[in-house]
Amino acid sequence: MKSLLCGLLGWVDERFPASKLWKSHVSEYYAPKNFNFWYYFGSLAMLVLVSQIVTGIWLAMHYKPAADLAFASVEYIMRDVPYGWLLRYLHSTGASAFFVVVYLHMFRALLYGSYKKPRELIWLLGMGLYLCLMAEAFMGYLLPWGQMSFWGAKVITSLFEAIPLVGDQLVLWLRGDYSVSDATLNRFFALHVVAVPLIFVFLVVAHIMALHEVGSNNPDGIDIKQYKGADGKPLDGIPFHPYYTVKDLFGVGVFLIVFCGILFFMPDFGGLFLEGPNFEAANPMKTPEHIAPVWYMTPFYAILRAVPDKLGGVVAMGAAIAILCVLPWLDRSPVRSIRYRGPIFKTALSIFVISFVALGYLGLMPPTAMRAIAAQLFTVLYFCFFIFMPIYTSLEKVQPVPKRVTTP
Amino acid sequence: MRCRSRYLLIITMVILWMGFSHVTLASEEEMALQKVRNNLKDPASLQRGATLYMNYCLGCHSLQYSRYVQMGEYIGMTAIDEEGQLKALEQLIQQNLNFVSDNVTDSIVSAIPRKEAEQWFGIAPPDLSLVTRARGKDWVYTYLKSFYKDESRPWGVNNLLFKDVAMPHALLSLQGTAVPIYQTVSTADSDPAAQKPSISHLEISKPGTLTEAEYDKAIKDLVNFLEYMGEPVKLKRQTLGVYVLLFLIVLTAFLYLLKREYWKDIH
Repeated sequence: MKSLLCGLLGWVDERFPASKLWKSHVSEYYAPKNFNFWYYFGSLAMLVLVSQIVTGIWLAMHYKPAADLAFASVEYIMRDVPYGWLLRYLHSTGASAFFVVVYLHMFRALLYGSYKKPRELIWLLGMGLYLCLMAEAFMGYLLPWGQMSFWGAKVITSLFEAIPLVGDQLVLWLRGDYSVSDATLNRFFALHVVAVPLIFVFLVVAHIMALHEVGSNNPDGIDIKQYKGADGKPLDGIPFHPYYTVKDLFGVGVFLIVFCGILFFMPDFGGLFLEGPNFEAANPMKTPEHIAPVWYMTPFYAILRAVPDKLGGVVAMGAAIAILCVLPWLDRSPVRSIRYRGPIFKTALSIFVISFVALGYLGLMPPTAMRAIAAQLFTVLYFCFFIFMPIYTSLEKVQPVPKRVTTP
Repeated sequence: MRCRSRYLLIITMVILWMGFSHVTLASEEEMALQKVRNNLKDPASLQRGATLYMNYCLGCHSLQYSRYVQMGEYIGMTAIDEEGQLKALEQLIQQNLNFVSDNVTDSIVSAIPRKEAEQWFGIAPPDLSLVTRARGKDWVYTYLKSFYKDESRPWGVNNLLFKDVAMPHALLSLQGTAVPIYQTVSTADSDPAAQKPSISHLEISKPGTLTEAEYDKAIKDLVNFLEYMGEPVKLKRQTLGVYVLLFLIVLTAFLYLLKREYWKDIH
């Protein structure tokens, strides 16, 4: 049996680089041995992606992308399709889990300078993935055709009206109708299940190939390829398989415990993952009292609302995302990891994280005068982190970096 | 140094928790909701709730995403006679709960004509399949206790929780007539014209067929039934969840041991 399998593998290897790919990307890909807690979230994002694709395929078998059928078809999935409720909750909880995991993954990059040279392209591909994820979540949220689906899509698509000259035409082109309607639902469905996932999978492959080309960063932010043993392997590196495959499997176990705890016991997560008004079918004649996007979009929504002018708000929101893309060129520090940076960067990063979370909170809440001022303050702080980064990172005195990796 | 990043994490978690724990509070109406302590595992309560719904609510409000026969199974209706159980269940439903259609597998749809209903009430009565998920069960419970006599309204009643609601008080004959008891609230504004009386609470002036305690129990059953119909799979989901979590905990323990075994020679 074993020789038969080896024979088959040999036959494939002569025609396709199966063993070669496995070796270069898994069994002989050397990763630093000091990965810590923050390094679980890349593989977890892959897990959630696969879960979203698989559950999405099965949901699409029962879902009807039509304005007069969509809401009822979701309830049909919840009640009549065997284990349809499980597929739906896996998908809806998975959407929020995806953002949790991706935000923590991005925070890891900020902590250890993973975006710095030579990993700028990995960061940019990651930003592409983040944009795809937001597009995917936004369009997917329209599909249940609830009140929040409809009004959320209406508010967000109407933002493009603010663009001078072409705004109105652009919104018409996006919606395929003069308002969010059946035409919008149908095209969002097409984009959500075909177009964006295709780009997404392509970007994931590119993200990982770029990572494996330059090698993984680590909590010390140093290059493990500088010190190689007699065999040419990095002294501080260990093969991804089996070391990180078994470690990540443990991470998957812990993640699934938390994920399933939410999925089975509080799938709407107090209205954060599934909003109450979305259990009411879309009604174009009845505007909800308070329209808020799902939690993962709210930091940017708060920035949008913080600017009193509509076009200004749209520009600020776009800039808040776009500025992340130039991060690798804003950071002038000679070291990567927060471990060897000075107190200024540590303070700046803390303020940035607090601002981001506070904006997320403010974006969820109905606006008041006090909250508007708070949102403006945190918006300014959010941008200050980036705008002043070239100055404070080049001025700051850093600590000496060790030659070899230290503790996880 | 690494402590700093841990602090960041802790601060983030605390802020997240503090922030989001207010979210549900903020969406609440001005009026405090009364908590309902219902029990989805009590079939007798579910069946009383179903009876009430079919007799008092289904005239206007559908439960279109469920079918009669499914509902019978959900609420634990069982036949007394020993003949084929499904047939008996069908009979039970057709005799006791389905007054609208001849077919037990039909969706629970109200017989009210939608167009006319819109003219009668100003708005077509909504489907209530998901009302406890959209507004919360405490909201429904409080709403059903908040009707009061108001001759200025088309149906002679108004609602404390849902001001100027288009719906008549369907359970009026059970609850009786509630009248508002006013109190004068002195506002910071010293202008006496601004000091208008506000309703402090409701009192039953003309009793219905149920006492106040019986009415509370009846609408608790009704809310119980509606919560069940909002997500019929809820109990099954939670039971399955316990097994899934137990499995995952055991699996993760072994995965940890596997990881430790592989990593013992890495320093």
